[in-house]
Amino acid sequence: MQDSSWSEDSVAETAGLTIEQAIANLRSPDLSLRYYAAWWLGKFRVNAPEAVEALIAALEDEDDRTELGGYPLRRNAARALGKLGDTQAVPGLIRCLACEDYYVREAAAQSLGMLNAPSAIPALMDLLTGGVEVAVPVPGRPHLTQPYDSVIEALGALQATQAISLIQPFLEHPQAKVQYAATRAMYQLTQEDCYGQRLMQALEGEDLQLRRTALSDLGAIGYLPAREAIARCAAENSFKLLALKGLLEHQAKHHDLTPDAIQVMNLMDSLL
Amino acid sequence: MTEAQALIRAVEQADSAPRLVAAVKDLAAAEVEAGISTLIAVLGYNNPTAAVAAVQGLIQIGSPAVQPLIDQLDDYNYGARAYAIRALAAIADPRALDILLASAATDFAPSVRRAAAKGLGNLRWRELPAQQQSVAQAKALETLAVIAQDADWSIRYAAVVGLQSLATTSKLTSQIQDKLAQILETEKDAAVRSRVQLAQLQVFSTTF
Repeated sequence: MQDSSWSEDSVAETAGLTIEQAIANLRSPDLSLRYYAAWWLGKFRVNAPEAVEALIAALEDEDDRTELGGYPLRRNAARALGKLGDTQAVPGLIRCLACEDYYVREAAAQSLGMLNAPSAIPALMDLLTGGVEVAVPVPGRPHLTQPYDSVIEALGALQATQAISLIQPFLEHPQAKVQYAATRAMYQLTQEDCYGQRLMQALEGEDLQLRRTALSDLGAIGYLPAREAIARCAAENSFKLLALKGLLEHQAKHHDLTPDAIQVMNLMDSLL
Repeated sequence: MTEAQALIRAVEQADSAPRLVAAVKDLAAAEVEAGISTLIAVLGYNNPTAAVAAVQGLIQIGSPAVQPLIDQLDDYNYGARAYAIRALAAIADPRALDILLASAATDFAPSVRRAAAKGLGNLRWRELPAQQQSVAQAKALETLAVIAQDADWSIRYAAVVGLQSLATTSKLTSQIQDKLAQILETEKDAAVRSRVQLAQLQVFSTTF
């Protein structure tokens, strides 16, 4: 769910801003300038200490509210902090997991996964309390009671093996997006091939959006047996390249230029 | 009606996606110059399977398709543009040099820029008059070197692929080896680094 009114490619808008201005704008009386500055600092990965500090403070913002009680500035600050790689943000983001705004919780879960913050595991597991039974749509809103897919993906990324029994039931969740997240996490936590195979089969599904999700999941877990299926998948080359990049990086972590890595690169070359 | 006209009409009158794909495949397989314009039009139909078949047909036709591809390049549809640039890159006729240079450097769509970057290394330079060859190769190298610094990893990756081909098709091999070494010093992205190492390995092994 994208609630941002700013396009990721609004280059003309960003050209004028400097790092100092963006940090100063986080405390501007103009709420839209604050909101934009938080996005901008994440987009351009400005991890200057003052930027991180100002964004952490913005996680507690009370001024910027939507008619439904949401916290737009907190959402953007939480998203940006995940991209800046500074673990000082972790305690503030963990507090955000209890925020009443769904999108703040979602952004915080994603960022905690990106920041590789194992201290967030208990708070993330709390959000799965009640299991699949309470993981239902909120009436009148376009989302479930919790950001289950983001929470489960973060637990997978954080290697939270203690969460396996909590995550496993979500393999049967009615929403495909949640199922995929659980499949991806189960692969990361168990390294069992059946989960990789299941995501690979999802590349053949009917829905383009879900094929894109499966591509991104396979890239995230670096599942090498899927390389040919990824290259063949009916989706845009940009998504396939990103998935194959994930496979390649998984290889490159351990050795340079294995025959497997070279095969993945040959597939990537063919998609240019 | 000639056979070519019948094949073209079948593409134009196809009333379902499967019929379109089948008709495009038939026209592509015929490899007739009369079908070039129709195959180019298919690139803009927003049907990836049909577009891939049309690209294949244009590549098979080769040089006669180059000027029409350049003339009919769709400025308003980047999907169609990416397919056309892929066809030009694969045909590798050096008349496409200027359009590949411009697309690699300034197109807003990454898919178009990647296809152009790959194509820039691979043109059949010998088809240019002798005095133009080295100027053209130098321009290709200059553009690839600039986009090897792009903010988008996939553009940098494609630039490395282009540089590798250029190292084997031109006399700029040693300059390109220096360039690749330079890129490796500053490149942060593991996937792009791997691609540079592969290029170094392959350029080195074909040079000796």
